[in-house]
Amino acid sequence: MFENLKILFHQGKQFIPNVTTAKVPGIFRGRPVISRAETDVEALVEICPVDAISAAPVSIDLGKCTFCGECARAFPEKISFTQDYKISTNIRERLVVQEGDDRPIEVDPAKVREEIHRILGRSLKLRQVSAAGDNSCEWELNAANNVQFDMSRFGIDFVASPRHADGIVITGPISRNMAEPLQLCYDATPDPKMVVLVGTDAISGGIFAGSPALDRSFLDKYPIDLYIPGNPAHPLTIINGLLDLTRKRKGK
Amino acid sequence: MRYIVISNNQTIPVAEIPVLAYGDFFELNTGLVAGHPERHCVNYFGYPVGEKIKLFCCIADDNTHQILISSCLVGRSDELAAFSGKVLSFEKFEREIHENFGITFSGHPWLKPVRYPCNRADQSQEIANYPFWKIDSEELHEVGVGPIHAGIIEPGHFRFICNGEQILHLEIQLGFQHRGVEPLFLEKKKLLQRTILAESIAGDTVVGHTVAFAQLWESLCGFKPVEDIDFARTLALELERIAIHTGDLSAVCTDIAYQLGSAVFGRLRTPIINYMQEWGGNRLGKGLVRPGRNQFPFTRTLADRLREVLDLYEPDFEEMNHKLFRLPSALSRFERTGTVSYEDLLSIGAVGMAARMNNLNRDIRASHPYAFYPALKHEPVVKHHGDVYSRVQIRKEEIRQSIGYIREMIGHVPAIAGSGKLNEEPRPDSFTLSLVEGWRGEICHCAMTGPTGELVLYKVKDPSFHNWLALALAVRNNEISDFPICNKSFNLSYCGHDL
Ligand code: SF4
Repeated sequence: MFENLKILFHQGKQFIPNVTTAKVPGIFRGRPVISRAETDVEALVEICPVDAISAAPVSIDLGKCTFCGECARAFPEKISFTQDYKISTNIRERLVVQEGDDRPIEVDPAKVREEIHRILGRSLKLRQVSAAGDNSCEWELNAANNVQFDMSRFGIDFVASPRHADGIVITGPISRNMAEPLQLCYDATPDPKMVVLVGTDAISGGIFAGSPALDRSFLDKYPIDLYIPGNPAHPLTIINGLLDLTRKRKGK
Repeated sequence: MRYIVISNNQTIPVAEIPVLAYGDFFELNTGLVAGHPERHCVNYFGYPVGEKIKLFCCIADDNTHQILISSCLVGRSDELAAFSGKVLSFEKFEREIHENFGITFSGHPWLKPVRYPCNRADQSQEIANYPFWKIDSEELHEVGVGPIHAGIIEPGHFRFICNGEQILHLEIQLGFQHRGVEPLFLEKKKLLQRTILAESIAGDTVVGHTVAFAQLWESLCGFKPVEDIDFARTLALELERIAIHTGDLSAVCTDIAYQLGSAVFGRLRTPIINYMQEWGGNRLGKGLVRPGRNQFPFTRTLADRLREVLDLYEPDFEEMNHKLFRLPSALSRFERTGTVSYEDLLSIGAVGMAARMNNLNRDIRASHPYAFYPALKHEPVVKHHGDVYSRVQIRKEEIRQSIGYIREMIGHVPAIAGSGKLNEEPRPDSFTLSLVEGWRGEICHCAMTGPTGELVLYKVKDPSFHNWLALALAVRNNEISDFPICNKSFNLSYCGHDL
């Protein structure tokens, strides 16, 4: 008993008191900022491994970006990645950051479905489906629930059965071999339900986009309630995204 | 010569690999491995040449630090005598060749599908209709788990046949995670794209797979990494090992409902992966390893920070160990649970920590050293019981060992030398093989180039390719309630297997 208490005492306070203002250590590739500086735009577009950069105006699609940082490395005067980890939104187009744009990326309250607040706002139970995810976003989703990030303090939990869930959280580019299980899981989740995509692979297919081993038709069928970008998404991006979605109300 | 001898990360002209008649190919490779636990097959695969298939077999010899490579040209509709009829450890490779090209192997114990790849030979087979093995009996019942599991974890289908609470047989069917990684390596033409692909093979082994890719690519291009590159890669590999082993100790504690261990080991992983982010901007090490350059040079300041992180980690880690490894309720769940015998591990070709848990000493860091490992003179941690306890002990002791290596290394941080430029194009008509010891075990990447230096073949093998069968054997005759700790103590990769 005494030993246990000693161990507990030695851990100190581990939880992050305020997940919306916490700072991430060291280098972090969060929301990019693109300056208006003149550059060789063609070379910049060419450098990106996943065609996330477009010209005129120069912009980066965070739904495609793998956050490799090569563009910022090659064109530091044009592109820099900030420490801002709050990059989740419910509007797909909002993931596209244009030159000169330094606004925060947020959930648009006007576009949040009404039942998300009314029914799912206070306590949210989610079913996670890894559909060919590389186990990095899955890792970070697990980390979001560890003693440091402690997402369950906000009433957000992951559950074992779709029958107990208010929505599904998809990671991975969705392989052909997972298309059917994903559909079954969605169908087994009671209404109303939400769909959240976590990570670049889920949002756009990432580096796997266009592979014949994928079947992403599921995403054409249902509205997506939240996009959480990253490769993998950072736990703070995940928690803030989900809180932003469930707590924000129209007019508040 | 019936085979060509290379060392780890050596590039050779494809033309120098002897092409044998199948009979000789069979005798040679089964003969090399049978009765020689120090030799095992690190890769055996097919490559289409017109209407025919060229088979390449790569046998590693741990004593001589060599890899012996031979090849053979066969027809797609040939029926070949299975290597695995004589030496079982070839069975998975033959299943893969069968699945990809339709070649039949007579005398193979079970040509069960490997991963239902999108370019499989028989498109009429679907993963959803896979017929699981059945036993007809009124006494037995089946338990199906998956493909989607209860936790936040990758998908795979487990089918148990149980006698009451006891597991008689477990069949694992994977493939749900298949993304077509190998063909994508050929389709994506930019080096950065291929590097990102390597990083995405398995998100929990980012450094392991990316180092294998980088070393292979550098060898193909005739680039010799300078000291600081090798130094940084080795540090990153050992940090990855510490992070995952710590997380897995936490997961094992969770599965025996030991909250304190689960929370403490779980939170101890965080400073290690946060350090990865401080160094390279990503908690899992994505973006850190790049062929031909030291993307994030390891500075003295980073060394001081790492020392601080380890100084804080170690006492809390040891305090928790001290408690856990003396706790009767924990030990009774670990000891003699999920045992695999040495003979079984050898016969299925287990690698890495799954092999070392029961006297099968396979560790590429010692047997085919690369990067900074020759200087570290690594001595593998080997255990003797093959149970959960042995696997948990390996985790604990390898963490200590890795910390020791890191402390030794960061005492002498090499100057950043600035390396020469990496050639744009790999050498034409060449073959390379790279072996890396990831935290799970041996990672093997192979590549071949065509007449203009373009990539014509890329093969990836994650240690899980072999070790999933070890898990299936481990749970036999155990209570089904012990499946979770058996599973977590291995913690195998789904995506690394399914590719
Ligand atoms: S950081 Fe994103 S936008 Fe920039 S090169 Fe990498 S993937 Fe492309």
